[in-house]
Amino acid sequence: MKPRQKRLLLIIAVLALVSLAALLVLKAFKSNLVFFYTPTEVVEGKVPVARAFRIGGMVVDGSLQRKQDGVSVSFSVTDTIHAIDVTYEGILPDLFQEGKGVVAQGRLSENGSFIADQVLAKHDENYMPPEAAEALKRAREMKLSE
Amino acid sequence: MIPEIGHFSIILALWVSVAQTLICFGGAVRSSPRLIAFPRYSSYVIFLLTLAGFCCLATSFLVDDFSVLNVASNSNSQLPWPYKLAASWGSHEGSLLLWVLMLSGWMSAVSLFSKQMPDEMRSLILGVMSAIAIGFYLFMLLTSNPFDRLLPPAVDGRDLNPLLQDPGMVIHPPMLYMGYVGFSVVFAFAIGALISGKLDSTWARWSRPWTTAAWCFLTVGIALGSWWAYYELGWGGWWFWDPVENASFMPWLCGTALIHSLSVTEKRGSFKIWTVLLSIITFSLSLLGTFLVRSGVLTSVHAFATDPERGVFILGFLIVVIGASLLLFAWRAPKVGLGGNFNFISRESALLANNVLLVVAAASVLLGTLYPLFLDAMGLGKISVGPPYFDAIFFPLMAPAMFLMGIGPVLRWKNAKTLELATKLKWAFAISLVSAIIVPILMGGWSVFVSIGLLLGFWIVVSGLVNLLEQIRRIRMGSERTIFQVINSLPRSYYGMLVAHFGVAVFIFGVTLVKGYEEERDVKLAVGGSVELSGYRFSLASLDDLIGPNYNGIKGTVFVHGADGKLVSTLYPEKRFYHVQSMPMTEAAIDTGFFRDLYVSLGEALEDGSWVVRVYLKPFVDWIWGGAFLMALGGLLAISDKKYRSKRRSVPNQATVSS
Amino acid sequence: MRKYLLPLAVFVLVAIFLWRGLFLNPQEVPSPLIGKSIPEFSLPKLQKENSVVTSETFLGKVWVLNVFASWCTPCLDEHPMLMELASQNRVMIVGLNYKDGFQSAADWLGKHGNPYSAVAVDIDGLVGMDFGVYGVPETFLIDKSGVIRYKKIGPLSSTEIQDELLPLVESLQ
Repeated sequence: MKPRQKRLLLIIAVLALVSLAALLVLKAFKSNLVFFYTPTEVVEGKVPVARAFRIGGMVVDGSLQRKQDGVSVSFSVTDTIHAIDVTYEGILPDLFQEGKGVVAQGRLSENGSFIADQVLAKHDENYMPPEAAEALKRAREMKLSE
Repeated sequence: MIPEIGHFSIILALWVSVAQTLICFGGAVRSSPRLIAFPRYSSYVIFLLTLAGFCCLATSFLVDDFSVLNVASNSNSQLPWPYKLAASWGSHEGSLLLWVLMLSGWMSAVSLFSKQMPDEMRSLILGVMSAIAIGFYLFMLLTSNPFDRLLPPAVDGRDLNPLLQDPGMVIHPPMLYMGYVGFSVVFAFAIGALISGKLDSTWARWSRPWTTAAWCFLTVGIALGSWWAYYELGWGGWWFWDPVENASFMPWLCGTALIHSLSVTEKRGSFKIWTVLLSIITFSLSLLGTFLVRSGVLTSVHAFATDPERGVFILGFLIVVIGASLLLFAWRAPKVGLGGNFNFISRESALLANNVLLVVAAASVLLGTLYPLFLDAMGLGKISVGPPYFDAIFFPLMAPAMFLMGIGPVLRWKNAKTLELATKLKWAFAISLVSAIIVPILMGGWSVFVSIGLLLGFWIVVSGLVNLLEQIRRIRMGSERTIFQVINSLPRSYYGMLVAHFGVAVFIFGVTLVKGYEEERDVKLAVGGSVELSGYRFSLASLDDLIGPNYNGIKGTVFVHGADGKLVSTLYPEKRFYHVQSMPMTEAAIDTGFFRDLYVSLGEALEDGSWVVRVYLKPFVDWIWGGAFLMALGGLLAISDKKYRSKRRSVPNQATVSS
Repeated sequence: MRKYLLPLAVFVLVAIFLWRGLFLNPQEVPSPLIGKSIPEFSLPKLQKENSVVTSETFLGKVWVLNVFASWCTPCLDEHPMLMELASQNRVMIVGLNYKDGFQSAADWLGKHGNPYSAVAVDIDGLVGMDFGVYGVPETFLIDKSGVIRYKKIGPLSSTEIQDELLPLVESLQ
């Protein structure tokens, strides 16, 4: 092979490798984006089935309940229009509190409650996780436009 | 008085940096030897001034001078003194001071260790570095002065964020910053080479030890951060793909690629344009990391209070530095000639593939980190990109890179024979394959994931050993030397490469085994209760009140008994409540072992007085950080190679051996 | 040369997005209400049966509207600050009891002290919604003509009262 041909072959190989990798990345990207919805959007059925997503809002005061095993908990998250029930198995983060903002990631179960596999409360003094604020903001815009 | 002295020395350091930058570039234009000699000494002056400033800040923290805003916001009289010291770089302002301290330190190091370098080149490099320093000094003095006074002084401070009150956190930021800032040296070398047009293998040889040094620090810094997250956040995870973690991981990936492409540029003169671009990208990603963390654009565990003014400044600085250097690149790169030719099967192409994979990995991390921001900026809604995305791309991208890691060092430069390669490595592959099948069965549960992970790990180790034996055999042929003499004669950079690659293997073993065999249980435990986890019995013996210097809390005593009934360990998990910031903190208790960690953390107290307790069994988890430290050790070995210390060009037998 | 400009082009694109991202504060929710008149409302007054608080009640006065609830934990942090502010008599504080009840609100105020000149009770939270309340507590400063001049989401700190709220009150008097 002449040097020119070699170089061409090399460039083609690199391009092939890069496109293959890019394809892989984009595919993984598409299937792993976690979208964010407000409790109202969940109630209105705008959420994807069989796909994880995040919800945010405030933990309704007095809604935190613990099963006998002490590990399974349930609570309601509201955007001030609708509230949905969230069940979670595991230890809640240190800064989880009723009446405060929370973000949960998980799936919708068949009975309409949300099964969280991750509950996030920010580890700093911020008043509210951004997604929780977003849920309340959207809810307000809806009310205003009604 | 002390804060004012500190403030004043930082202002002086700024002016010396301005002078140095002007003189360096002026000297380069007028090629005046007297001007060119100036930065050798002014670099030390900048460093000493910055060090003085840093000591003043540290002193203010140590003596509880709450008339300094930074001290009042980030320290407290009750804080133990090592954390007071650490608090001096725990805040935004303090971390910037640390950043410039390190930058001036690296600058002095360049000045000290570059005696063989032509004066013009050194002057250019130091000029670029002091130009970067100007940006950071200005940023600090204009938007985030660590010496700002608070009048009237506070009675007591608001305390350091409890998350940061930890030994790991004391050394994690300095290490990470040494890495970030260290890449500025490599960047300055690249810019110097582009300006002077001397983009050759000499340039690559100068850049290599500096790149490796910065990379070692970054590796240790990231490993410490990960280790801290493991025991401090109480969730037993060691990597969360948090935006701030990603910000440090991207320069690491590019830096790793750079180390490899530099070796090609030095040894073969190829990849010159690519290497110089990669040098720029690596440092740009370090700057981007600083921007992401310091501007509050992304919220994460580490997020500091948002401050658009600061963000605007860093972004402006980012645009000037990166924009100018990429423009310079576009202008000069076409004039750089192409390097030596090479065949499709050669070490060059293996290293090229390694570079492509690493850079694509870095790009995909960048995509995952910035895409949510993009969508938000376009008003298209909020999304998050979680660990599953990164997991899904990293495995397929890194697996081929790991495979090449076994082949690359065995391949010859320029042109290798496929058949020869197969003869050399077939046994290595066979041994790895058999081990990868047998070991999971011995561990008590076979899965494809574990098997592939172990295959890659064994492959790296065995092919590395094959490579070592091959080198020894080749040198011994036709020479009288004993095996020990031969082992001694191999260059340190070669051993460095082997050790770093073994480090990767150890890391893979750790990741694979902990993912494959870890066990976790969240249970409700009252005093006297116990829980069983794969042969270990964890019993909660007591819960006691705990009074710390700046917190109080609950301390549990957990006995761990093995399957034979013997006491394995006693663990003391804590739940702390820090007074000043009124923040609860979970302190996990870990029994660290070579083969497994036992991990207990207290969750929440329940109404009946019992606690939700989380227990983990994490096999081989410490290998993850052990592997990272081995990688850094390998880098250290490579730097200590005598070819970087002597004036001689490469020694003949080293040219053939990889490093 | 053109192909070597590619890295620069990519960087410029990234920089533009970073620039825009800088001005999105993920924690801060924009408050379109500042500079606008307060929404109209008419709510029952706590502990004064049959009387109401309306959006016109305080016209001609500079007043603070503080949204609170007995179920709200951060309100407790803020409460002593409000008591202090009320004792200084520099500005009138009106409470908006949000998604709570007459009895629970009265009990809470009885227990912790009452800094409010009047308390409007917004049981279904609709007025709070009109005010754009995201969470509790939240505080508004309203001028003599009924225009919102200041808003704070989350508990007020004493420095915010001293450095932001009170100077603004002075300038509006």
